[in-house]
Amino acid sequence: MHIPDGFLSNDVAAVAAVPAVAAVAYGLRRASSALDERRVPLLGVTAAFIFAVQMLNFPVAGGTSGHLLGAALAAILLGPWLACVVMAVVLTAQCFVFADGGVTALGANDLNMGVIGALVVGFGVVWALKVLPPGRATYLATAGVGAWMAVMLGATACAIELGVSGTVPFATVLPAMLGVHALIGIGEAVITVAAVSAVLAARPDLLTVAPREGRRFAPAPAGGV
Amino acid sequence: MARRIPLGVVVAVALALAVGLGLAVSPYASSSPDGLERVAETHGFIDQGQVHRVQDGSPIPDYAFPGIDDPRLATGLAGFVGTLGVFLVAFGVAYTLRRLRARPAAPRAG
Repeated sequence: MHIPDGFLSNDVAAVAAVPAVAAVAYGLRRASSALDERRVPLLGVTAAFIFAVQMLNFPVAGGTSGHLLGAALAAILLGPWLACVVMAVVLTAQCFVFADGGVTALGANDLNMGVIGALVVGFGVVWALKVLPPGRATYLATAGVGAWMAVMLGATACAIELGVSGTVPFATVLPAMLGVHALIGIGEAVITVAAVSAVLAARPDLLTVAPREGRRFAPAPAGGV
Repeated sequence: MARRIPLGVVVAVALALAVGLGLAVSPYASSSPDGLERVAETHGFIDQGQVHRVQDGSPIPDYAFPGIDDPRLATGLAGFVGTLGVFLVAFGVAYTLRRLRARPAAPRAG
């Protein structure tokens, strides 16, 4: 979903960059409290994993491919604000080292593929886990739905940017983007759930967005039996 | 009660997995247009895409390591270098941010 230069008007690119820069700047500020010792290497390896898996385009219908965006995974591992920092590192490297995604469109790309997913999952999944019943299955399902939503909302933002830029009518591009990204989002959900399951099995304490413990609500054992 | 796997092991395994995917699996990824590119082709605005002149000097344009004839090898090397490079940059950013924390800034609430 990397927008190249030339797809967006300068105005739209500039306006889209504002919330992206603001979220990353806030993420950098929040890092002073969110970055404990163990999250330093975790942030590095999360960025590396997302970069690598973004290269792995998987086929979806009709000669089209998709790849992981990774904001949902980053948000579950590191929380919404550090996820914004991770995605900015990945997308900036892709732009300047690999010529993937436009330079003037970098803010829009960071908004669509990074910030929106990071915040939606970082806050939305946390909220959902509070109201849903506890348990591993609920947790993983919520992570998967969050990942799919992150892709769909990113595709929606991309369609709005293209429509407002006058590149293509919004009413045309929105259903087209949502149609193909509904499938790509399933891939995002599968990869996100697989990665989160692995961390849940190995070191559940490393998950910033963690499952709600069912135990806490279970009745205390009676009579010490 | 399960033993806790040390953080260093978790990070090393995850990094090895990421580097392995970038090196050995990326050459076999689908080369079909992605979702946005497909939409842009279908609706006739794909040709509006440009490469910014800043990107003319990209070290590894289009995930193909320069000077390598075999496209799979070129992609795998790009994935290897890119994954390690992104790890180092992100680790460096996080390390620096954490170091800055140790230095007390102007007092502020929270």
